[in-house]
Amino acid sequence: MMVLQGVLLVLVVVGGTAVVLTRDPLRQAIVAGVFGLLLGVLFFAFQAPDVALSQIVVGAVALPAMIVLTLAKLAQLRGEPDE
Amino acid sequence: MSRRARNGLFLASAAVFGCLLVWGLLGLPDFGDYRGPYGDLLAQAAVPERHATEVVGATTFDYRGFDTLGEEFILFAAALGALVLLREQRGEEKDEEEEQDHPADRQRRDTSDALRLLGLGLVGPLVVLGIYVVAHGHLTPGGGFQGGVVIASAFVLVHVAGRYLILKQVRPMPLVEITEAGGAAGFVLVGLGGVIAGSAFLFNFLPLGEPGTLLSAGMIPLLNISVGLEVAGAVVLLFSEFLEQWLLRGRGGAA
Repeated sequence: MMVLQGVLLVLVVVGGTAVVLTRDPLRQAIVAGVFGLLLGVLFFAFQAPDVALSQIVVGAVALPAMIVLTLAKLAQLRGEPDE
Repeated sequence: MSRRARNGLFLASAAVFGCLLVWGLLGLPDFGDYRGPYGDLLAQAAVPERHATEVVGATTFDYRGFDTLGEEFILFAAALGALVLLREQRGEEKDEEEEQDHPADRQRRDTSDALRLLGLGLVGPLVVLGIYVVAHGHLTPGGGFQGGVVIASAFVLVHVAGRYLILKQVRPMPLVEITEAGGAAGFVLVGLGGVIAGSAFLFNFLPLGEPGTLLSAGMIPLLNISVGLEVAGAVVLLFSEFLEQWLLRGRGGAA
């Protein structure tokens, strides 16, 4: 269990760094979703399944969806073609 | 300020901050060490007192039900505020063109069949999963909030997999609005039930039932359902409004 928690902690550090280092906002939204999923698995490994569920639904579903929609709107305002 | 001075200032403050952080971290309890009496007490009391096998659910919806009421209305107010802001921009010029070839659909042509099929296949299981998570909020991890978002994400999938016009059909806005408001009101009404039963607000006045069964833990399942309705309604509303915003400009001509 401790090994699993350690591995997940390292993965979360890597994931968080990846979110910061991704510069393109659209890609960043997807990477942030994966990071949210990683955090959920981490909470689960720390025996907090309730928090893990909340984290997954908000961090991996709701947040990226809102960011992607906002980006689509912004791209439209700038007159660029949508992705 | 020169670049050199700025770097020096940053390094100095980072060093001080780092020292404070390490100092604070050293004072933390050991890994896995828990000293608070509250969690242990609740873990012992939840099943005998409330017949709820999910201690977290019993805490949030019963022992600390009033906090959850506040949180529910935070979400309600936030969704309401976003809707008011977004709808003002949208104005009254909607519903005039409900034609077949909606701009939103024109842009969907490049959605691959595989994505559509996967999305469609997931809608049903997601709705069932969401209802399951809400209904078992007093038995297993989960509850109204998580289940509500799961249900709402099924509607998002309908948009990803299908067409905007189909989404409009499965998501009549007045019904979603009533669902959201009804969920928020339901929580208060269940709480008032405790007052009517002759005790305090949010007193668990319903029969507690057999621990571990679906109909147990008194009012906790009812509160889970009302929160589930409210959250699902709020997320679907927010998603739809953001989507409308995206379409607003598309109708102008550029798209």
